[in-house]
Amino acid sequence: MSWLDFFRARKPDTTAAAAKERLQIVLAHERIGRTREDFLPKLQQEIVAVVAKYVAIDPGKVNVSLDRGGDMSTLAIEIDLPGPAGDRIRGAAAS
Amino acid sequence: MAEVIVVTSGKGGVGKTTSSAAFATGLAQRGKKVVVIDFDVGLRNLDLIMGVERRVVFDIVNVIQGEARLNQALIRDKRVDTLQILPASQTRDKDALTKEGVGQIIEELAKDNDYILCDSPAGIEKGALLALYFADQAIVVTNPEVSSVRDSDRILGVLQSKSKRAEDRKEPVKEHLLVTRYDPVRVEKGEMLKLDDIREILAIPLLGVIPESESVLRASNTGTPVVMDAESVAGQAYKDAVGRFLGDKVEHRFLEAQKKGLFSRLFGGRAA
Ligand SMILES: Nc1ncnc2c1ncn2[C@@H]1O[C@H](COP(=O)(O)OP(=O)(O)OP(=O)(O)O)[C@@H](O)[C@H]1O
Ligand SMILES: [Mg+2]
Repeated sequence: MSWLDFFRARKPDTTAAAAKERLQIVLAHERIGRTREDFLPKLQQEIVAVVAKYVAIDPGKVNVSLDRGGDMSTLAIEIDLPGPAGDRIRGAAAS
Repeated sequence: MAEVIVVTSGKGGVGKTTSSAAFATGLAQRGKKVVVIDFDVGLRNLDLIMGVERRVVFDIVNVIQGEARLNQALIRDKRVDTLQILPASQTRDKDALTKEGVGQIIEELAKDNDYILCDSPAGIEKGALLALYFADQAIVVTNPEVSSVRDSDRILGVLQSKSKRAEDRKEPVKEHLLVTRYDPVRVEKGEMLKLDDIREILAIPLLGVIPESESVLRASNTGTPVVMDAESVAGQAYKDAVGRFLGDKVEHRFLEAQKKGLFSRLFGGRAA
């Protein structure tokens, strides 16, 4: 510890505080995952199947992104639609 | 075609994940296209060290089992955009990995990347064997400590007999020694193995020496690879090692105990 850290340590925004916050978020999600099967693969498959009923899509052009938070997480599913218009469906779900 | 590099050690807790994150980030900072893969299925940690734990959706096991595409499981780093992370699964065990599955992933990644880094789990069981199987080069992480040196020697034997290169009777896996958690003060006191002793025993080319440094813990707290901390001696040592890996001529630093200033003597300061 350098002598500057002596003063820094008094501030609440230490790296250790950041570590605790990150762990609380990630562990909260992992503990849920332990009791329940990981639903994301299935969710994605079903969404793709529903969309595929209406438009021909390339399953490789489906992107799922997630941002886990403390109070809220966001899940975004992005599907590239073919065709001249090049439309794109975006769906977002929060939990 | 990418070069496949395994970061391995045999012994646990010597700094493989810290080094994988630092090396992958350092190579990407030099403009290389890099993917770093966590092979520690069941005990993933690379996501935390890289600071992407909140963004993990799919993992390597989902890809192998056909539940997700490779590009869906890759997480692009927000700091260095030529860097991607492929996380391990946290809920399955190492048996979910197969040689064919890993081979396909590496083949696909090799098409449009420069380097594929494989962060090996400890041990010499399935996960560790798969992490090194496809390697072209190996970074053997060793601490200045008897059991770590012995385990490194053991893993060198495994690289020479069980890697794909060995099986195919190709040119052997290129080996690099990375000594981590080196504490020059304790070496000077005769309490810790000297660098020269480790080099003499293992007899493979030295890539770098990373000093024991408090900044490594701070970096892991915030999920920032330590190589991004320009003030940290460990960060600088990793940067040097990446340079050497790419062919730069860089002198080894931080091998001697630093003469302490008045302040650090008073406050018992240690390496940044
Ligand atoms: N140069 C260093 N200075 C101080 N601490 C370090 C250094 N390198 C690694 N550590 C610490 O050592 C511990 C183990 O590091 P790490 O997780 O990288 O090892 P590992 O070999 O990947 O472990 P495992 O075998 O469990 O996968 C961590 O707490 C890390 O912060
Ligand atoms: Mg590890």
